[in-house]
Amino acid sequence: MAEIIVVTSGKGGVGKTTTSASIACGLARRGKRVAVIDFDIGLRNLDLIMGCERRVVYDFVNVIHGECTLKQALIRDKRLDSLYVLAASQTRDKDALTADGVQRVLQELTDDGFDFILCDSPAGIEKGAHLAMYFADRAIVVVNPEVSSVRDSDRILGLLASKTKRAENGHGGVREHLLLTRYSPRRVATGEMMSVADVKEILGLDVVGVIPESADVLTASNAGMPVILNEQSIVARAYEDAVGRLLGETIPLRYIEEPKKGFFARLFGG
Amino acid sequence: MRLLDFFRRPPPSAQVAKERLRIIVAQERSARGGPDYLPLLRRELLEVIRKYVNVDPDAVHINLDRAAGQEVLELSVALPER
Repeated sequence: MAEIIVVTSGKGGVGKTTTSASIACGLARRGKRVAVIDFDIGLRNLDLIMGCERRVVYDFVNVIHGECTLKQALIRDKRLDSLYVLAASQTRDKDALTADGVQRVLQELTDDGFDFILCDSPAGIEKGAHLAMYFADRAIVVVNPEVSSVRDSDRILGLLASKTKRAENGHGGVREHLLLTRYSPRRVATGEMMSVADVKEILGLDVVGVIPESADVLTASNAGMPVILNEQSIVARAYEDAVGRLLGETIPLRYIEEPKKGFFARLFGG
Repeated sequence: MRLLDFFRRPPPSAQVAKERLRIIVAQERSARGGPDYLPLLRRELLEVIRKYVNVDPDAVHINLDRAAGQEVLELSVALPER
């Protein structure tokens, strides 16, 4: 039985696609069969972040409208052979998605033996975002430690609790996880940024990951290589931890405190 | 003067953010799932009450509780002190 996970946030630009790509890679690297679907119809970007933009022939909307088979539209990742990408349509608008069509695609992926289906939600609370979350079993709510992002994600939590299939059927609702991105331990230490504990307290969610602010994220998207694959980066390790926690492992949070400077580093401003 | 400023430093901005969010999130959560007419009902009730008593706009609280299969609309008005 495939587990459907929506990556959502409400606010744009907080790291949904970066997170979808890295979590998908992380799960696939652990041997899981993973499909990651871009729900941002008209503004597709997951293909660029995954580095498969030139291999998109058919997209999600083509499958829904029966213009190709699901197999034709799934793009197999060149690095991890149990990972597949389903791109969003670049030319259609969000009305091209239908609940029935989305359900059929998710069902076919489930029947095909996928372990995880990641739904990369568009920003906002309109149709694309609604359909991305509607069939989900779990939700990763991506949040920046910043007022508008926190407020918008609380709005999303309200929708997860009411406008999803699990909420409507009363099957215990969608399991929600908080993933903080662009976290700066230095600014938290100086009182300029809300801490993990602050955001956790406001939203009342369990924390599945804290991703530190880093230039590595831009470098990775420039190259079309999900940042989790950059072994040198602490961002990769933070995402790897999040993948472990999603799979039920108990892993303490890392990179949430500023590294203590040694005596000489402080003396010489290193 | 400088010394006094040092002791009266404003709270760190993250703390301000947290306080503001705590209030707005609680407010939005309480309105969530409630009927859409609540804000209008509140405003119209306020107008009626104001015909007789000069109350503050914030003095009217409307709460909708769901318990044991029935909904209770609770209205409280804080009257000004004489």
